[in-house]
Amino acid sequence: MLIRGVALLSGCFLAGQLVGETIGRLIHIDANVGGVGFAMLFLVYAQNWLEKRNKINLEMESGILFWSKMYIPVIVAMAATQNVRVALSSGAIALLAGIIPVILCLVLVPIVAKLSLKGTEEWSI
Amino acid sequence: MEYITTLLSKNGLIVAFFSIGLIMYASDFLSDKLTNKKIPASAIAIFLGLVISYIGGILTGGNKGIADIKQLSGFELMGGAMFRDFAIVSTAMGVSFAIIKKTGLAGIISLFTGVILTFLCGSLIAYAMGYRDAKSITTIGAGACTFIVGPVTGAAIGASSDAIANSIATGLVKSILVTIGTPLVARFIGLNNPVTAMVFGGLIGTTSGVAAGLASTDPKLVPYGAMTATFYTGLGCLLCPSILYLLVKVIVG
Repeated sequence: MLIRGVALLSGCFLAGQLVGETIGRLIHIDANVGGVGFAMLFLVYAQNWLEKRNKINLEMESGILFWSKMYIPVIVAMAATQNVRVALSSGAIALLAGIIPVILCLVLVPIVAKLSLKGTEEWSI
Repeated sequence: MEYITTLLSKNGLIVAFFSIGLIMYASDFLSDKLTNKKIPASAIAIFLGLVISYIGGILTGGNKGIADIKQLSGFELMGGAMFRDFAIVSTAMGVSFAIIKKTGLAGIISLFTGVILTFLCGSLIAYAMGYRDAKSITTIGAGACTFIVGPVTGAAIGASSDAIANSIATGLVKSILVTIGTPLVARFIGLNNPVTAMVFGGLIGTTSGVAAGLASTDPKLVPYGAMTATFYTGLGCLLCPSILYLLVKVIVG
């Protein structure tokens, strides 16, 4: 049963990547357009679909949950393979152009978020 | 000794699992004893990851952080795009569909605002620092989006390799800044709910930075931020070499 969860996750992942790559090709850019985002939507859909039909069970879920728990370790590995040396030794232009736009966007976060938080009392996860 | 090196590099992924396990253990310990759990263990672990990447870069002069050390080459597979994206997708398990639908519009607004504002700001800085040709300005503006948008744009419009290198460095600075800075500013920008996380992902964009930053802020927010952030690079690759490049060309001549 465990492998069914892993397979479901893999299927959604591949389908999402395929959609992302296809869109990239259709609009002639050499990049994957939202492949991960589509894959996540597929997984959310699939999960809802299976839950409605009572086809999901704990062991199947744990096949997916294992990977979501491996998420932070994978991110740590990713951090360990970033080109930190080049980023730190890069010139003033990389530092300025890397830092200032981020600060501007951070200021905008609460403003744009207000657009959709309006009218809702409270969000709980 | 040679056979130990061979053994370690042959089983690279397992070595990475083991080493990351040790790092996570050390981070738990540091978070608990040194900061009384004020700084989350995941934030410490990610920061340690950046530190050992820097050490690896200094020791080998390579571009892949610690993975340039042969015995630790498995880090590249474990931290590479395949595992990273797979793990990000798995976090969508249990995501609230209602929230995604509700935040959809704000998410799209934040994506466009994020890419265009970041590009313009990056381009202005490039101009202020003495770049005068449209290709270099565009490439560095694109690099301010992410370290993928920069080189993709530069290659598409035929920018110099110097500008492309600068754009990659710019994107890397951004990614690292977001990784370290997110938990520090989270309180001030109200980053404690899925809606704000989605807007945050759309405005900031750099998937690695957003994912790592949210992981050390609150792991529950990761899927929401990652969901929008993953569209950012694609949108950047679409807008920067086309409309935004033409705009820059019209302005600087």
